[in-house]
Amino acid sequence: MSGARQGALVVVAPGLSTTVQDRGRVGWQRFGVPVSGALDADALAAANIVAGNTAGEAGLECLYQGCELQIDAESARVAVAGAGASLDILDAGGALSRNVPALESVTLVAGQRARVKMPGPSISAYLAIEGGFALPAVMGSLSTYVRAAIGGLGGRRLRARDALPLAMGAASARGDKRLLDIALAPATTARVVLGPQDDHFTAAAIARLTGEAFLVLPASDRMGLRLGGSKLEHIRGADIVSDGIAPGAIQVPGDGLPIVMLADRQTTGGYTKIATVISADLPALGRVGPGAFLRFAVVDVEAAEALAHQRAIVIDSWVGRLVETGGIADRFALLYDVNLISGVVDGDDTMSLR
Amino acid sequence: MTGGALTTPRFLQAGDTALTVELGATAELGLSLRVLELYAQISSAGLPGVVELVPTLRSLTVHYDPRVTSSRVLRAALAPIVDVGLAESGRDVSTDGNAVPVPGRRWLMPACYAPEFGPDIESVAAACGLDAGQVPALHASVPYRVLMVGFLPGHPYMGNLPPPLRIPRRDTPRTSVPAGSVAIATTMSVIYPLESPGGWHIIARTPVALFDATRAEPSLLAPGDEVRFRPIGRDEFDALSAAVAAGTWAIEPVGAAP
Repeated sequence: MSGARQGALVVVAPGLSTTVQDRGRVGWQRFGVPVSGALDADALAAANIVAGNTAGEAGLECLYQGCELQIDAESARVAVAGAGASLDILDAGGALSRNVPALESVTLVAGQRARVKMPGPSISAYLAIEGGFALPAVMGSLSTYVRAAIGGLGGRRLRARDALPLAMGAASARGDKRLLDIALAPATTARVVLGPQDDHFTAAAIARLTGEAFLVLPASDRMGLRLGGSKLEHIRGADIVSDGIAPGAIQVPGDGLPIVMLADRQTTGGYTKIATVISADLPALGRVGPGAFLRFAVVDVEAAEALAHQRAIVIDSWVGRLVETGGIADRFALLYDVNLISGVVDGDDTMSLR
Repeated sequence: MTGGALTTPRFLQAGDTALTVELGATAELGLSLRVLELYAQISSAGLPGVVELVPTLRSLTVHYDPRVTSSRVLRAALAPIVDVGLAESGRDVSTDGNAVPVPGRRWLMPACYAPEFGPDIESVAAACGLDAGQVPALHASVPYRVLMVGFLPGHPYMGNLPPPLRIPRRDTPRTSVPAGSVAIATTMSVIYPLESPGGWHIIARTPVALFDATRAEPSLLAPGDEVRFRPIGRDEFDALSAAVAAGTWAIEPVGAAP
């Protein structure tokens, strides 16, 4: 061991539904294990890259309400992502010291707290911590799947006083970074490829799918986005012999109301699926909540695949677009925080640390 | 066989990350076994960009990475496997799948058919015109093939239930079915790996843990496995349960599936 003690993030307030999520548990669906993973994989990737991680590292997913965490480590570098999200930095006593916007990392020291603020528009926010969590992978993933109680911390949502062990006991010397001008807006229109069972629906149902707006209902969760609107009529019933379910599948049960299948979707299902949201547009669905309206537009599979490539290129470009945060003044504040200097600050020393 | 189950295979596009190969419209044992054959063939083909395969009763879903492959490339690669397989099989797939070369293991699954573990034995017997005592004997009389695993982690759908035991699902599903419950409906038997809601008729309970995330292979059963039920008394059930809980006993396969 290098001498740095094992650090932890201690949960002061868990929020409504905060779980550890990465890109999901891939390769186990034939055993009935859902993929899970971040609802908004792009925001998780952005938070990770800003914090100094690879895009798929596990972070904390907060839904609807942010969590508050206290640093129990020498220091730790965190960043949050999500449309409208930010981090309030509090001292050990809970007094607000500053607010850090989304997509900007901040290095905190022992005792300091970070509170995820998420007034919207996104219903999800992701907090990444440099180095990630020292939690055991379950079937190759840290993603929490609550129904089977696997992954994350004990397979459940975070609770007050939980301690999430950290892989790094102190922040690296990399410095804090900021990512500018990336798009993480909630979806208003999602592009879909028709099928796999579009032939089970009336022509009117297909026309409604693309011609009308659907209301996101409160029963939506990590498993699916439940939508209200005019009913999508089947030609010969909603039931089929169960088949595999793709991410983004728009399942339509007998009541005619569509459900877009999200991260915690079951691996197989016996309802017809009229269309499937394309992979490039899925992350933006993880940002919309009850009361929002959603429209669908049809593209062909070639266009969807081209958009998947484009999305991957954009995310790959983020690392190269990171910029240093703050000027000399910010640096003074940081150095003071981490006790690298005390008393009189020598200008030359400070400059050498830039 | 009943008409039209085996039709020309169809590719169903499921967005830009999945393609379903559908072999027929209805679930019949022959089709399910053909799906398992395809699953084995495509698994061993090692196609670039294929992320995972999910066999179901009458179709196989191929999840893929659109950054590595494409629907067009994948269809071209899958078409010969799907077609050649059908031509080579040259048999009536509706009746018998015992010769199907699907890799699988063989399990002897202890199951206690005591009334407290089989609350639906009486109603199943009544619906089937049998004596209650015949239900466990019939259920344990045949080997089952795991046709798919789904609904819950580690939850097997196993065919084929002896015809005298075939009845529809319960009209009203239970809100809670205990873990380990062995249940039947339609042409299949299932085992609930976790406590969950469920609409199948519960006739027994196994002390075996069907899903345990701490194991290297969390799901005990995999598509293609063969399962035979071994009726046990309450004393043996309790002893095995205790041994499972203590970590001193875990079921082992008794061989390879035929």
